[in-house]
Amino acid sequence: MSEQKKAFEHVIRERWCKGCNICVAFCPKQVLVLRNGKVHAAHPDQCIGCRMCELRCPDFAIEIREKGSAESLGRDASEVDYAIKPEAHQ
Amino acid sequence: MTQAKLMQGNEACTLGALAAGLDFYAGYPITPSTEIAELCAEELPKVGGKFIQMEDEIGSIAAIIGASLTGRKAMTATSGPGFSLMQENIGYAGIAEVPVVIIDVQRVGPSTGQPTSPAQGDVMQARWGTHGDHPVVVLAPGNVKECFELTVKAFNIAEEYRLPVVVLTDEVIGHMREKVVLPELSELKVSNRVQPQAPGGYKPYEADLDGGVPPMARFGQGYRYHVTGLFHDETGFPSNKGDVTDRFLRRLQRKVEKAEPAIRDYFTESTDDCDTLVVAFGSSAMSSLSAVRQARAAGIKAGLFRPKTIWPFPEEALRELAMRVKRIIVPEMNLGQLALEIERVSGCKAPVTRVSKVNGELFKPEEILAAIRGDAK
Amino acid sequence: MSDTMKYFRENRLPHIWCPGCGHGTVTGALVRAIAKLKLDKNKVVVVSGIGCSSRAPGYLDFDTLHTTHGRALAFATGIKLSRPDLKVIVMTGDGDATAIGGNHFIHAARRNIDITTIVMNNNIYGMTSGQYSPMTPKGMLGTTAPYGNVERSFDLGKLAIAAGATYVGRATSYHVTVLQDLIEKALLNKGFSVVEALTQCPTYMGRKNKLGGPVEMLEWFKARAVNIKAAAVMTPDKLEGKFLIGELYNQPEPEYTAEYSAMADQVRRRFDAFQGGVRGCEQNSD
Repeated sequence: MSEQKKAFEHVIRERWCKGCNICVAFCPKQVLVLRNGKVHAAHPDQCIGCRMCELRCPDFAIEIREKGSAESLGRDASEVDYAIKPEAHQ
Repeated sequence: MTQAKLMQGNEACTLGALAAGLDFYAGYPITPSTEIAELCAEELPKVGGKFIQMEDEIGSIAAIIGASLTGRKAMTATSGPGFSLMQENIGYAGIAEVPVVIIDVQRVGPSTGQPTSPAQGDVMQARWGTHGDHPVVVLAPGNVKECFELTVKAFNIAEEYRLPVVVLTDEVIGHMREKVVLPELSELKVSNRVQPQAPGGYKPYEADLDGGVPPMARFGQGYRYHVTGLFHDETGFPSNKGDVTDRFLRRLQRKVEKAEPAIRDYFTESTDDCDTLVVAFGSSAMSSLSAVRQARAAGIKAGLFRPKTIWPFPEEALRELAMRVKRIIVPEMNLGQLALEIERVSGCKAPVTRVSKVNGELFKPEEILAAIRGDAK
Repeated sequence: MSDTMKYFRENRLPHIWCPGCGHGTVTGALVRAIAKLKLDKNKVVVVSGIGCSSRAPGYLDFDTLHTTHGRALAFATGIKLSRPDLKVIVMTGDGDATAIGGNHFIHAARRNIDITTIVMNNNIYGMTSGQYSPMTPKGMLGTTAPYGNVERSFDLGKLAIAAGATYVGRATSYHVTVLQDLIEKALLNKGFSVVEALTQCPTYMGRKNKLGGPVEMLEWFKARAVNIKAAAVMTPDKLEGKFLIGELYNQPEPEYTAEYSAMADQVRRRFDAFQGGVRGCEQNSD
């Protein structure tokens, strides 16, 4: 195992997940499970970052982020306050 | 004033559209309207406009709605069969409140009918052709000059009230040529849709419930808004809440009701003291006018009422006349369509006699004079 | 993904599609392709017709137009011809595009107008709950083909190529990287591009034809799809019962709106010259 084995983080938008099981079934490393109908990263350390779950998810409910990468951990988009109107500019 | 010109009705419609700022035409060849498409194909490239001949009339009305959403002034022209094909998307323009102009050059129907002969059988279709309650305005030129004037007016109404406007002519009005002196372009009133001011938080369908007209942003301008044929709320997104649908539909209806006084348009001659009132529109009104004048010459108190706005119908004006005339005669090149509206409005204050001519020929004035006399005896 | 989220109207999510429906996957692939190409959100217009797939634009943060059944391409033609500078994308379904919309599909292809068309093909009418469509394989069941579909279905790729489309690709909601790559190339093609995305409809197609749930249907795609490059070196018997995915056609041709503008510029030069060039400057700048 190379020392710099990358670690990945699973950003899950529970409110959007419909428990269709596609991500769980096709994860090459069986990282994911359904827990009371929602996707859950049971073995996050097994994740190799192939993103197949993210790309195949019909509900945009799972996102893979490499730990320690510059990307900041976005909050669960489904809990964003939508009172702020989307800006529209000329 | 400009120079007098000998001009065809279809040509006058096209020049009126260009004067109003037409810069997108999509259509499909169909007698007797094709000259409009031909002239647009020729003229639009000269002024930075776009012309396309679509694969059918359904594509044509769809394309002009798309064009209007990008901010262009868009038009199509057709006749009965094409007008029938356009109905679903005319309804779409109604619910999505997209300004477009449709010229329907009527011919004998139904179906293929008599393509080169005049008729007035699309009156009810122009109002109720598409399903469901929906807003629409229908104007009816009675001569070549009015083809120009009412097409300009059609664009102004479409832009001001954000709805589809139909210019209803027929084979005779469309193909006949008359000496016409058009107004200078500078004299014309040309209106444009209200643009949204608020840069942020634009709600595409937010308007006063009592017939308000929402400002309209253009696609590609940064508003990134949604347009759908589904009932929608003020944000433009689908809603199947009953109260939203009810409020929304009534606003669409109120737009036309509130506009009626401003857009109402009709012509009258010798109606002050007439006891026989002839009510006719379009080419039937040309024959009726000479019949009324011949009757007057023969000492018969006849008068003509010619609506130029067919929908909404100028009810008040007709009802006021119906109060004081003895009888109403309605010559139409159909089996009685506008007559139904006239009967409703005159409300048996005066008996209405329909004179229906459906053989594809114009009325001869004598035929209408006979009807005036027939009752006058 | 997080930079792709800004292309969604997040306040409109979760979407209405059934659990495991492939339309969400295709929509995601389109959004990722747009994000990768860094298209300007204010210059993208997404048009759709009627059907499950046609609800997609409502979730995307562009100018979006949900039109009438089968007419998306005709509306989109009006938009593209009016504003050739806008990137116009049509999202449609197998019924919307090839049944009622077939006439507009072949003519948009014939014109080679620069519109990227994503056909989400689930082989059935989902919105109206399970009728067969022009893309339903012969013999399969639909609520209006209770004894098995007796009709042959289109080969959408060949139909698009024959009609004149200059970029045609096919993928499935299982082969998401192929799908996204095809969409990117389609977006870059200056002409009429079609990407057919086979997607699973577990609720109607899957249940009615006992194909299992979303996972089993995706495995069905996985087992039957052959990349066109691989197929070139496979013997016909190995291709029995398979369908091709990948880039099916890529031959750029002159684009319709560019041809129209070139013609119009020439007309205006001649017309201005004839008029002695007295026009106001705003007339000349289109």
